[in-house]
Amino acid sequence: MKSAVIVFPGINRERDMARAIKLISGREPAMVWHADTALPAGTDLVVIPGGFSYGDYLRCGAIAARAPIMDAVRAFAANRGLVLAVCNGFQIACEAGLLPGVLMRNAQLRFICHDVHLRVERSDTAFTRGYNAGQVIRIPVAHGEGNYIADGETIARLEGEGRVIFRYSSPDGIIDPNWNHNGAMNAIAGIINERGNVLGLMPHPENHVEAAMGRTDGRGLFAGLVDHFKLAA
Amino acid sequence: MKARVTVTLKSGILDPQGKAIEGALKSLGVKGVASVRQGKVFDIEIEGGDRAAAETALKNAAEKLLANTVIENYRVEVTG
Repeated sequence: MKSAVIVFPGINRERDMARAIKLISGREPAMVWHADTALPAGTDLVVIPGGFSYGDYLRCGAIAARAPIMDAVRAFAANRGLVLAVCNGFQIACEAGLLPGVLMRNAQLRFICHDVHLRVERSDTAFTRGYNAGQVIRIPVAHGEGNYIADGETIARLEGEGRVIFRYSSPDGIIDPNWNHNGAMNAIAGIINERGNVLGLMPHPENHVEAAMGRTDGRGLFAGLVDHFKLAA
Repeated sequence: MKARVTVTLKSGILDPQGKAIEGALKSLGVKGVASVRQGKVFDIEIEGGDRAAAETALKNAAEKLLANTVIENYRVEVTG
């Protein structure tokens, strides 16, 4: 699996992401600067990592979404390349038009930084084949703007087409407002695009991949991607 | 020329920051505040003197970057 991690000024999770990818895929990802205009030849997976690109100025992800490299990322996605967008990356993907909707200020107006439970809604996507549908995983969040919203029609489409992939849940997989940490519509934590090749999610799977981190629940996502490319080869 | 672009949340979009400000104003005893919605103002200097061209450029700026039209409306004013 040949990966490329996009680096914007103000991003701070790119090394965690690169470390997780190296650990699980065995291959060091290319780090691609935002001002570049092309992805490395033969890239299988593009990752837009978390952080605070451009200090969250204007709107989270708004300025990064207009960076030169994003034209190449859009073309890559249009050509069915896989794009994983985490946290600020999810915000950037929405601003760039790769995914619908917006991530608004958390309903409680607080930055949240702790582990959450996520119910994996589907296992038949390139991103979730390492999990079972209905499985609950525990991985960290760290965001102030993760409250997913979209208009009613978009939400109906996302739900109708099975494009909500991760939801905030209780440890038993119950969807309940008390476990919806940021007030996201329908407890949405992660969605895919229409073709299923772009995943945006707020929590950080790259931060639960080795025993020293306390848990390894995030491994399944990367291991599933590695399997996806093995099977495709 | 001076210009101003005002970006506001569309009606129906929840505005937790506006709500918090509304609550703070009420707790300060400011009378008569029914509700608060927070927005953004961009003061922009435009080169040249062509008003119509300025308005086109500002609309372009708002559509491309200043507003996220999924959740926000914008208004453009060339103030002279």
